[in-house]
Amino acid sequence: MAEPDIEVLTTQLLKGDRRAAAKLITIVENDPDAVKRVISRIYKNTGKAQIVGITGPPGSGKSTLINQLASYLRQKGRTVGIIAVDASSPFGGGAFLGDRIRMKDITTDKGIFIRSMATRGCKGGIARATGDAIKILDALGYDIILVETAGAGEAEVDIMNASHTTIVITVPGLGDDIQANKAGMMEIADLFVVNKADREGADIVVYEIESMFRFTDKRGWKPPVLKTAVIEAIGISELAERIDEHFNYLKENDLIGERLKRRVEMEIANIAKEVMVRELEEIRKSEAYKKLIEEIIEKKTDPHSAADEIMMMVKARYIEK
Amino acid sequence: MGEKNIRILMAKPGLDGHDRGIKVVSRALRDAGMEVIYMGLHQTPEQIVEAAIQEDVDALGLSILSGAHIILFPKIMELLKENRVDIIVFAGGIIPDEDVPALKNINIAEIFGPGTNTEDIVKFVKEKVAK
Amino acid sequence: MILSEEELKEIEKKAKEWESTTLKNVLEKVPESKQTFTTISGIPIKRIYTPTDIANMDYAEDLGFPGEFPYIRNIYPTGYRGRTWTMRQYAGFGSAEEANARYKFLLSQGQTGLSVAFDLPTQLGYDSDDAKALGEVGKVGVSINSLEDMEILFNGIPLDRVSTSMTANAPAAILLAMYILIGEKQNVSVDKLAGTIQNDIFKEYIARGNFIFAPEPSICIAADILEYCAKFMPKWNSISISGYHMREAGANAIQELAFTLASGMAYVEAALKRRLNIDDFAPRLSFFFNSHNDFFEEIAKFRAARRIWARIMKEKYGAKNPASWMLRFHTQTSGYSLTAQQPENNIVRTTIQALAAVLGGTQSLHTNSMDEAYALPTENAVRISLRTQQILAYESGVINTIDPLAGSYFIEALTNELEERAMKYIGTIESFGSGEWKMLSGMIKGIETGFFQREIADASYLYQKEVERNERVVVGVNQFTVDEKRPIETLKIDEKVQEKQIERLKQLRLKRDTKKVEETLDDLKKAAQREGNLMYPILECVKCYATVREICNVLRSIYGEYREKAIF
Repeated sequence: MAEPDIEVLTTQLLKGDRRAAAKLITIVENDPDAVKRVISRIYKNTGKAQIVGITGPPGSGKSTLINQLASYLRQKGRTVGIIAVDASSPFGGGAFLGDRIRMKDITTDKGIFIRSMATRGCKGGIARATGDAIKILDALGYDIILVETAGAGEAEVDIMNASHTTIVITVPGLGDDIQANKAGMMEIADLFVVNKADREGADIVVYEIESMFRFTDKRGWKPPVLKTAVIEAIGISELAERIDEHFNYLKENDLIGERLKRRVEMEIANIAKEVMVRELEEIRKSEAYKKLIEEIIEKKTDPHSAADEIMMMVKARYIEK
Repeated sequence: MGEKNIRILMAKPGLDGHDRGIKVVSRALRDAGMEVIYMGLHQTPEQIVEAAIQEDVDALGLSILSGAHIILFPKIMELLKENRVDIIVFAGGIIPDEDVPALKNINIAEIFGPGTNTEDIVKFVKEKVAK
Repeated sequence: MILSEEELKEIEKKAKEWESTTLKNVLEKVPESKQTFTTISGIPIKRIYTPTDIANMDYAEDLGFPGEFPYIRNIYPTGYRGRTWTMRQYAGFGSAEEANARYKFLLSQGQTGLSVAFDLPTQLGYDSDDAKALGEVGKVGVSINSLEDMEILFNGIPLDRVSTSMTANAPAAILLAMYILIGEKQNVSVDKLAGTIQNDIFKEYIARGNFIFAPEPSICIAADILEYCAKFMPKWNSISISGYHMREAGANAIQELAFTLASGMAYVEAALKRRLNIDDFAPRLSFFFNSHNDFFEEIAKFRAARRIWARIMKEKYGAKNPASWMLRFHTQTSGYSLTAQQPENNIVRTTIQALAAVLGGTQSLHTNSMDEAYALPTENAVRISLRTQQILAYESGVINTIDPLAGSYFIEALTNELEERAMKYIGTIESFGSGEWKMLSGMIKGIETGFFQREIADASYLYQKEVERNERVVVGVNQFTVDEKRPIETLKIDEKVQEKQIERLKQLRLKRDTKKVEETLDDLKKAAQREGNLMYPILECVKCYATVREICNVLRSIYGEYREKAIF
């Protein structure tokens, strides 16, 4: 993508243009070289949105819950950005992004923006570009951004780092999963939702989760366990209230800054790592690299010294850019 | 870095519930490495076009088996134009031959009837998007 | 056992000899065209079948006689010698006036029963003036907004002399109520009405996509209809448990058989759960199958269905009345197998599929028309497909004897194989369930987790890939193709139907007693909030000319709307 496009698009984005937002998300997904140009232009305008991560195993009703939650938030006059992540296939890299099926009620509301996103090989339940897509919707001026993870069932730490509040959803009948992932769940959850609570066994699940937290204290915040039944929209208003309550708790205890610091720390480390890997991959294709391999085999040099040399080449390439 | 992932929106406008075809095609496109956003049944033209905007897709595939294409396809194409969404649109389902010229006239790039090889659809999308 | 052990051993020995001599000699010179031969659903088929393949079969127990348990040979002792199957073409399009004219045409051509197709807005509980109805009014069936449309639809058709099948599922109670009231107006009492209401909501979630509410409340309404019909409509089939649409969605024959019978068991349990007596409602359960291309597999499927159902009803559910054991079914030839290429070939496909249904002992039959890969059929195309049935019934001689393929080593072995494979699936579905009604809860669980949808999607994709790799020949599509494209005459639906329907609705709203409509709708709402049969309050709503959407909206306000799972 050519430079002027990004300039035009970011200007439009900051004026609230949804098409520009859509196009910019495509750019940050596809073009690692352009990401910097996009984010550097809008970064000042981020930091206003409240970011909520929603994770849980397949079949726990994440999309339907988001559909209901977003409808409710709209009734309260707030604009809602939604990023719905699904896993890419390890074979061939394609993906089915089917979360919109559950969000039919809200797809034509101009106060809602839904973007489906494939993980493209990232493991943590969100894609490499999810964090940047959040920034774009933030800069677009949406009040609250809901991020639905790919939800393979395991604890997804990346979403915790990307959001203010992380919700872990479960349903009755998946009790073993909770036990198996106990430690990870406790680490990431600010709020627990037991969905499909009209089913048998819901109270047992609630009890199990509550008992997990009996002796832990997440710096003063004890993750509440809520019951919802999304088809009938039961428990949605309480969920919305608790999300805000947690956000206020973070603000009042100066934890927003702390979370931000943690996020930024992770983010720059990740970006730097990516840049290095990318440059390294380029070098591996070069003649110089092949020559180094030959030299090691001929015992003219050793792997460690060769690696030092490669790091110098990475540095040289980057400065050149 | 790498080639761009093709993103494609697959939608069933109208009310018919016959989704075997669209699902088989979606699966073939996914297996060919594309990211397929599937909207589910019973979508209105407004919902489809809004999704095409937000998802910034490269192509839009439509399927109708009820005969409602005569009304709904032009409506979708109109809305796309109105919203300046310039993407490849192709369609399938039960569509009589005599309706095809009119549909091509409103810029639907291709109509794939029953018996189409999914490989042909994959090839079509790849070629059109590459342009 | 049909043959003694010595006799079987002798045959086995002879077979080995044949393999090592006659067969071997030929195979060495001319190998067979394929390594393995399979049915469409993937069952391996042997070169030859002998008595050893059905060695464990007991004639009396496993086959028996027509009209007797386990009914595999036929449910009637006289088969088609008494009466041929009912020739019933599914039809309906446009306005009630147009559909009425088509029904009269079909009856005049010798058709013996009606089958009403409703348009999609009607099937999904929207009136013609709903935004969602745009472009769909009158397209795949007749548009019915209120009792008024139904009055026009059956104008001049005496309900005491035709039997009518109605493809209504999510709004089945409403359309059945309308039919009952039309009967009343014609002075035909409810117990004289003959026909079928499809009323099968499971397959809507699994394959057909025309659902409104979530499975649980929907099954409650279906059970309301079972209960009502058991009480008042002795000649009416209260449900048509349908595998047809699953097959059209890509299921194979085994899945069609298993999922349909599993649905049937779930409905039985839904009725038993209400403390209905099994022999009060089971005789009025009917089934609806697909007849596809694999001739012998289809015949075996129909036969297996009858035997499995008889055993389940007698042994598992303890039904005492033989009528409860009999599986009666309607068949439609496969729409999915029709090709847009060289459409005349479809006449031949349909003929073979129809023959399979007849040899399988169907009670009624719809034959597809050659132009249905393009549009709804023209009158000419429908006539040919009806003639196909008449030629089978009156010229071919297939009706002369009952279950003519019984005793074929191959057919019996294949029937056993299908039964075994279907029972395995049924066991899996039951294992999803819990509590007293395992099949009922297992079916719901299977739908909610996407089990059925995934099984069918996989089978469908597999078949498509086989065709694309030329492992399955589709004449005119992947082999024996021609380049020339000849236009085929297709039926055009008047796009003005929607306008006309909207105008009629407007007039209706001026004419009817609004206060009474509101009262009856309010009563329905109250009834839906407690337990109790909804047929009664729905009859009252319909009587006052409440529209399909008005009634469905009341129920939507209580039950919510269902969204399908994303399964590919």
